[in-house]
Amino acid sequence: MSRLPFYLIVALLMVVGIAMSIHRHVEFEVPWTPGEQRQVWEIEAQVTFDGQGEPAKVDMALPSSQDGFRVLTEHTASPGYGLAFLQENGARRAEWSTREAVGDQRLYYTAQVLVTEGARKATAPPPPPPVTDVAWERPYDTAAQQVIDRAWARSSDAFTFARELLSEFADDRQGENARLLLTQFDRVPLAVRLLNQAGVAAREVSGLMLDSGRRRQSLTSWIQVYDGDKRALFNPATGEQGKPDNLLMWESAGNAVLEVEGGRDSRISFSMLVRNQPAAAAVRSQLAEDSDTLLNFSIHSLPLEEQALFQTILLIPIGALVVVLLRVLIGIKTSGTFMPVLIALAFIQTTLLTGLVGFLLVVAVGLVIRSYLSHLNLLLVARVTAVIITVIAIISIFTVLSYRFGLNAGLTITFFPMIILSWTIERMSILWEEEGPKEVLIQGGGSLLTAVLAYLAMNNPWIRHITFNFLGLQLILMALILLLGNYTGYRLLELRRFKPVTED
Amino acid sequence: MLNWTSPGKLKAKGIIGMNRRNIRYIGRYNSRKLYPLVDDKLKTKLLAQEYGITTPEHIGTVSTQFSVKHISEMLAGHNGFVIKPAKGSGGKGILVIERVEGKHFIKPSGAELDIEDVERHVSNILSGLYSLGGSPDVALVEGLINFDTTFAAYTYEGVPDIRVIVFKGYPVMAMMRLSTAASDGKANLHQGAVGVGIDIASGRAVRGVQFDRSRTDHPDTGHELASLQITGWTTLLELASGCYEMTGLGYLGTDMVLDRDRGPMLLELNARPGLAIQMANGEGLRRRLDLIEAQTEERSAAERVAFAQHHFARQGELQEAPAEAI
Repeated sequence: MSRLPFYLIVALLMVVGIAMSIHRHVEFEVPWTPGEQRQVWEIEAQVTFDGQGEPAKVDMALPSSQDGFRVLTEHTASPGYGLAFLQENGARRAEWSTREAVGDQRLYYTAQVLVTEGARKATAPPPPPPVTDVAWERPYDTAAQQVIDRAWARSSDAFTFARELLSEFADDRQGENARLLLTQFDRVPLAVRLLNQAGVAAREVSGLMLDSGRRRQSLTSWIQVYDGDKRALFNPATGEQGKPDNLLMWESAGNAVLEVEGGRDSRISFSMLVRNQPAAAAVRSQLAEDSDTLLNFSIHSLPLEEQALFQTILLIPIGALVVVLLRVLIGIKTSGTFMPVLIALAFIQTTLLTGLVGFLLVVAVGLVIRSYLSHLNLLLVARVTAVIITVIAIISIFTVLSYRFGLNAGLTITFFPMIILSWTIERMSILWEEEGPKEVLIQGGGSLLTAVLAYLAMNNPWIRHITFNFLGLQLILMALILLLGNYTGYRLLELRRFKPVTED
Repeated sequence: MLNWTSPGKLKAKGIIGMNRRNIRYIGRYNSRKLYPLVDDKLKTKLLAQEYGITTPEHIGTVSTQFSVKHISEMLAGHNGFVIKPAKGSGGKGILVIERVEGKHFIKPSGAELDIEDVERHVSNILSGLYSLGGSPDVALVEGLINFDTTFAAYTYEGVPDIRVIVFKGYPVMAMMRLSTAASDGKANLHQGAVGVGIDIASGRAVRGVQFDRSRTDHPDTGHELASLQITGWTTLLELASGCYEMTGLGYLGTDMVLDRDRGPMLLELNARPGLAIQMANGEGLRRRLDLIEAQTEERSAAERVAFAQHHFARQGELQEAPAEAI
């Protein structure tokens, strides 16, 4: 009888479980620990313009998830306007439209952006087609050519050329040619034009410098330079290469940030605020578009109520694992195999101390009443039913009493699974009659110990976080339990039990 | 560590743990579908009669709550009897009435019961109180066993029975279970009965344990255990071995009892025999089971017993004392 298929299944479960968990960690930045804090930027863009009393159309660029940032949620506030989100050439845009815009118009767009570590494969727009015929008027053609030649001579590739070119325009070392060109042209379009003339693909892009608590900010212009597949961002003012960490690219396809038809004096301004929030919560508010494939199968796509339910359900395997460990590896006796898990679930609702006191009270009083019932010579089902009603009565009395005494903790006693408790009382009572109080203590104590350990495991914030956020863990648990089911070694308590045999 | 031993030492002794027993022997050699044969004592009894294996006298069966009221008619004329649940386990729910005095039913402990108590007990059995999983059950009423008085000094109140582990038809290990005051006349080791390991070759006592700790005498009668010698040992082993053919179970615990008049009888079978027998014998089952697993030859019950008696013979560890006349 080959055990190979068994180990293959276990290995498969393990690998799939671990892979699913790592996938979720890497792809969705679900953290391994619940306490991890993440920065979330709350960014609000306000578009204002004067309506002319005619149909108006507002077209605004939107940020996408990118290196260092992930867009979590976005909302708009624009009463009276139709709204559409468009996606073209890897750039996202919002389009507001209305039949009649009169007077001062305000449109709001807010986005929550999560600061993430590590690079993402952002859907970057393709580089612009090379522009070769750049025409200048005299005398700018000579000045442009000289600036290009100077920078070209001092550079080796597209990026160094861009740096050298931009430094020609840097404030402190502007040459005569640069100054001349700047009288006629804006700095950024001029730089792009010069780059294009030199055969370097480049475009102007817009980004938002994130700085907490700032209001009425506007986008800053940057120059994106392409060298084959590589690209780099340059600060047009200083010629510095590289994207600052707090720069959120807002528009990177070379389009206008804002286009308004049927309005005048259009403006866009930004305000922003940073918050620290638990990473798990940040994950929870991810866009729905992220979790629509089977691989991203997640509890988070369910309604909140069902999520709360699943949070508990997904913990049960942990409790069951504790029971399996204690029974198979330690050899603890419990009354009813998985009764301790149910008790532990009740402890989660009641908190440990209240739960323990309540459990002991109910079982003790139940045992006393059950011992009377055993004199009545009842049929089993009727007797257990009588015990169930007794348990309910005990729980009601304790609840009312504790409420009268102002002990709110007593109210949670109702979370105990009453039918399970009744069977526990019935079993313990029989155990008492047949094997004596000692065995009741052993099994009752074993059950309580198991329940407490299962409770500690299931109530651990880290375990709760992991079970809820990584469904792959269930497969790993399954593999572990299958392995434990295959364990033929000694139980810990057997080392004690069989001790006398080894003595002689 | 004063009270603990190491897995290595246990392994060296060949001790089998619960997990290994469950997976390696019960799981592998005991087919699930055969369990009802041994879990239901009524079925075992009928099967045993079919295979010519002696069992205790069958007084009657109570299978409906209605007939509980008529149990006194069934019991009339029997001075002593045993009521047990057909699907009980671990000795639960077995009521032994040693004698009947007028309206009183006397237990071996001397406790007196009324007919109502007996009826309630039977009713409990029927409603499944003692059966596995609480399923409805049947109560068996059997005649009292007139146990061999040779063992009177070795036991307190109850009937001593002999547990033989039969592996693939070979008797691999045996022990006698002597009831004590602590075990309330029952022969279950975890309830406090004394277990005495019996040498497979000779039927002599090897070693005694109570509550998993060594003993050399009976706690209640004070009689030393070394002189214990079972008469008709080979017959008993052959009877036990025959249970393999009868049930088809590869790893089987047979509970035998020696009746004064009828000789060895099969009391009940157990598809999940406990491990305390290793303690009683001071030896692990592992080597013996390995040896049997290596056997490929087809053998009859008598041949298997001879094989076991040849290979598993051992010296008693208790003081060798001449058998006293009791």
